[in-house]
Parts: sequence; structure tokens; C-alpha cells
Amino acid sequence: MSEAKKYPAPVTNPETAAFWDAAKQGKFMIKRCTACGEAHYFPRSICPFCYSDKTVWEEASGEGTIYTYSLMRKSPTGPYAIGYVTLKEGPSVQTNFVDCDLEQLKIGQKVKVVFKPTDGAPLPFFTPA
Amino acid sequence: MTIKGKAYIAGIYEHPTRHAPDKSTAQLHAEVAKGAIEDAGISKDDIDGYFCAGDAPGGAWPMVDYLGLNTKKLRHVDSTETGGCSYIIHLGHAAEAIAAGKCSIALITLAGKPRTGAMPPRAQGAEADFETAYGATTHNAYGMCAMRHMHDYGTTSEQLAWIKVAASHHAQYNPHAMLKDVVTVEDVLNSPMISDPLHRMDCCVVSDGGGAMIVTTPEIAKSLKKPLVRLIGHGEAMKGPRGGKDLDLTYSAGVWSGPRAFEEAGITPKDIKYASIYDSFTITVLMQLEDLGFCKKGEGGKFVADGNLISGVGKLPFNTDGGGLCSNHPVNRGGMTKILEAVRQLRGEAHPKVQVKNCDLAIAHGTGGLLGVRHAASTAILERV
Repeated sequence: MSEAKKYPAPVTNPETAAFWDAAKQGKFMIKRCTACGEAHYFPRSICPFCYSDKTVWEEASGEGTIYTYSLMRKSPTGPYAIGYVTLKEGPSVQTNFVDCDLEQLKIGQKVKVVFKPTDGAPLPFFTPA
Repeated sequence: MTIKGKAYIAGIYEHPTRHAPDKSTAQLHAEVAKGAIEDAGISKDDIDGYFCAGDAPGGAWPMVDYLGLNTKKLRHVDSTETGGCSYIIHLGHAAEAIAAGKCSIALITLAGKPRTGAMPPRAQGAEADFETAYGATTHNAYGMCAMRHMHDYGTTSEQLAWIKVAASHHAQYNPHAMLKDVVTVEDVLNSPMISDPLHRMDCCVVSDGGGAMIVTTPEIAKSLKKPLVRLIGHGEAMKGPRGGKDLDLTYSAGVWSGPRAFEEAGITPKDIKYASIYDSFTITVLMQLEDLGFCKKGEGGKFVADGNLISGVGKLPFNTDGGGLCSNHPVNRGGMTKILEAVRQLRGEAHPKVQVKNCDLAIAHGTGGLLGVRHAASTAILERV
């Protein structure tokens, strides 16, 4: 099951280190541009929309809805469900769905973030809210 | 400025192998290069442009050396890497180089052996820490597109299955095809679910092999013996989640590459007699047909149903070699073979059972990367002169 699955530790870099430090505190961070107001994910220092460097970290609610998913049934590590979640704050993020009956997933379903441990910083996943 | 009519495909070769444990990858590149050179009727020493992508061992300079190309003459190289559509992009770039006088005879090669052994991992981008752990593969990345397409437009598994059915009707006449049996919609639906909603028969084959082509000037092409096939329009584009804003996985970068190519060619999808459409999965074909304008967005399911893609039966004959779904998908990259079958159709060299009558305009369109994550697309419009 997904609990037993070993996930790779993030390598991290100066641009994203704050995301992973926050993840260790159980916080799910996004970046928001104070010039154009748009939020984005994964985090960049330069806004991908307006190219301003005035981007700031913001703790996201961790709530969102399933945009799409696919249940991968043929995998040496067992079935898993990959998908995208559209966060309350706007951006859609790639993730896996965990701690639930994967057969029951539905587009539009409400989900919330959960962190799973690695040998380094924990990784964000989503589970039904 | 345009490349319209400035470059001709003078030589083509598709490796007949689908499983090559007894050959090296470089050797396969050499075999397809030799095949295309002989098909064109030129000498390898006349080649002054070389194009290859990530499947070429070591990239351009080891390949140029290994292939024994004439380095006193070679004056243009391009190793643009955009996954499976690299070779359709190369065709456009070769035409640009030829039109600009930077080379006059270009060789493009693709070869590799994913069926024999594991392929080297794809290079990772800035997204790695935020995506790698989630296990995006070709199957589930395209599964995510299909799932959302079904949700938004009511597309069904039966409709997707018709794409495989059409490919199988064509593959029965291709002696080299990996899967020669004609299948039914029921066969596809009854095949095991791989990654929802894609069944095993919604997926392309994994095959060793390769292909190559020679692209040249109008003058040189006319001095050779092959039927004349020229490039009249070309487009390329890329698409990704771009910060996660307005994510929409129901369309591909083909919505941009297609119109660019049609505009340059001065024709519309209605004029196309034969279509080579990238078929890594059935959903890939359906989305591309919509994106290229063969039908409206969301109506791809209706468009592909009831044999509409079968040569001699439907309105738009596609992938008459059996395509990636049935014949081969060398190196997990279908762009080269898409061009090769389009050229065969335009030359009148396709199998008589699938040859399109009076085939004077064809499209070869491909994608590279993962439609559900980030990808490239390229469109080539070809004309029989």
C-alpha cells in the first residue's frame, strides 16, 4: 500500500529550499507574485506569468478538488493514482492520491494535503477531504 | 519568408526489425542511414547536414564520426530533442537550413532498442522534486488526459477503441507489423486495464528499430529517380502546466503547431487525403485530430467511430502502416515512422490494400514528452509534386 511505499527524498536547491523547510513543519507553500497577484506551483523565484521577481511564499490552505487522475494498475510497486489537484488558491498541482480507496476517486472530488515521509523533507500528497 | 516547397524528401527507409537483440543502437542508425541514402540514390559523401535526437548514442558528434559522414562537406548539424516528434521538427529545421543555403542534402536518423533493454532515463528539469515521486509514466499521463476528456466531452472507451480497430485493419497488410490481427471494439474493451481509462489495446507497442530520411533541395530532388514529395508547411509548439494556471489536459500543443503548418501550406484540413497521426495511445490520436482541426474540440469521439479512419472505408485514412498501435513505435518515438508512411502514400508506395487514391496532400503530426505533463508537438504538411 502507499504507506509502505518508499518515496525519493527531494534534492532541493536554493530556489525551493523554503518550500521543503516549511514541509517539515507540515505547511504546504505556494508562491504568489505581488506584482500581478497570480499564484503558481511549483515555486519559482521569477513569476512565470509577468516575469516580476517580486514573488513571495504563501501558506496554502491545502484544500482543492481533483482535476483529473489515472489509476496505474500495472506497476512493480503496486497500484497508485496520479492526478492533478486544483488548489483553492488557483494553481493545479501534480500529485498522488493516498490513504483511500483508489477505485472511488472522482473528478471534482474535494481533497486535502497530507505529507508522507522520505529520507529527507516530506512530500505533499492528497487524500479525500 | 517561408519554407514552402523549398525542401523535398528524397529518400526514406524504415528498418524492418521490431526486435534487435543482436545489433547495437549505433548499428541500427547506420543501417537506416544506408537504407535512406540508397533509396534516394545519393552518396553518403554528399551529405552536408545531419540531424539526430536523444536516441543517437552520444549525440551528433559521435554519430557523425561513427556513420563516417564526410566532415569536409558536413556544414550543418541539429540535435533538437523533443521526444517522439523530434524527427518532424528536424524535417522543418532541415527545410529551414536548406532554404537558407546552410546545407543541401540532410540526413535524419532515429534508432534504438527499448524492447531489448531498458532505455536511459529522461533528463529531468526544474520540476523534478515536485513531480518525480508521483510516478508519471506514459500510460498514466495519457490516462489523465483521457479521463478529463471523457469528463468534459463525454468521450467513451468504445470511441477510443475504434482508433485501434482502424490501425489493426491497416496492420494486417504490413508484413513487418508486430500485431497483424484485426481486432474489434470488444477486443479492446476486454483487454486488461493498464491505467484508467486506457486498456492494453489503447497502448502502442514497444519495438526496437528505426528509420531515416534524406531531405534535399528541389534541384537535387528533381535530378534523382524517386517520385517528388515536398514539404509545404511546418509547425512546432510546446505546452506544459506553466505554474498550474488554467490547467487543461484536453488539448495539446497541436492546437498551435497545426494552424502554423496549414497556414504556411495555404490549405485546410479538408484538403488532406491521408493523415499520419501520432498514436502512442488511442487518446493521443483523438486529441490530435481535434487539435489539428479535422473536427471540433470534443467531437473527436464521434469522428473516429465506425471506421472513419480506415482506408477505403472512412473519410480520413490514417496510419496505413498500422502505426504505433500495431506496427512499431521504434525507440518509443513515433515521429519518424509517421513521416515515412506519409511519404509512401504520396509516392504511391503504400500497400495496395491501403493506398489512398490520388494521394497528393498528406499530414504527418507528432507529439513528444507526456501530453498529461509537458510536451512538444510538430506538424508537417507534405505534397506530391
